[in-house]
Amino acid sequence: MLYSLAAMLRAAEWAVTAAFALATYLVLVLWTGGIGLWSLSELIAGAVLSAIVGMVAAPILWERGGFRILQPHRWVLFFFYLVGPFFLAMARANLDVAFRVITGRIRPGIVRFNPGLKTDLGKTLLANSITLTPGTLTVDVDDATGDFYVHWINVKSLEPKPEEVCGPFPSWARRIAE
Amino acid sequence: MNVLIYIFLAIGAVFNGLGAVALLRFPDVYTRIHGATKCTTFGSIFSILAVVIYGFWRGGGQGGTLAVHALIALLFLLLTNPTGSHALARGAHRGGIRPFRAVVDRLEEKR
Repeated sequence: MLYSLAAMLRAAEWAVTAAFALATYLVLVLWTGGIGLWSLSELIAGAVLSAIVGMVAAPILWERGGFRILQPHRWVLFFFYLVGPFFLAMARANLDVAFRVITGRIRPGIVRFNPGLKTDLGKTLLANSITLTPGTLTVDVDDATGDFYVHWINVKSLEPKPEEVCGPFPSWARRIAE
Repeated sequence: MNVLIYIFLAIGAVFNGLGAVALLRFPDVYTRIHGATKCTTFGSIFSILAVVIYGFWRGGGQGGTLAVHALIALLFLLLTNPTGSHALARGAHRGGIRPFRAVVDRLEEKR
């Protein structure tokens, strides 16, 4: 019974990975033929390739759990996060960095803060968001304690709160990934 | 529609240019990574958006393919650019390069 449960889990992991690979392939080869928008040869090639990709990648991808991201409402949240707060912060950051490029007025340093995220996905999302926005660059993340080490181009305080460095991103990362 | 495409291309070119200037003006590897990742990502987003608009505007199989492929390129750029720059910065710090004129370096204290 236990063994079959584990086998079912592995099959589900394989199916999800293969389905994602197939969807990506089908988007890449849109407008190639008459079956829907695809030609028969592309459909067959996509099915074979995605089956192989699922077999190779599924054990690595789902090694440490992370099944939460399969809930669709998280995708919707992620999309709104991308086009809303994230894009705004990114535009502001770029104007800020452009200003600093021209004037050369910088006060750099590496600060530490703990946003209290627990999952791999949340940490990755926050680290990538930080790197792309307001004058900050994630240098290291401590996996055990969850501490973020961030290179800040204009240090305002030596012991900053997460909100000072990256605004609303930690709460968004928690909402999307945890 | 042409005007919009030209505006997007201009914004993209300006920010990509600023990224190049940042590489020359900033003093050390970390600040240079700032310029090289943020400015070029933002510039590339607008360049790619111009391509996407052009593709959908032209329509049909060819234009649609162009637009969709450009969107996928944008997605992978947004995923890989921060990951790559994070790897660069972490490698530089582990290799013993200290941030120039830093007021604080918590990562150094940790080791």
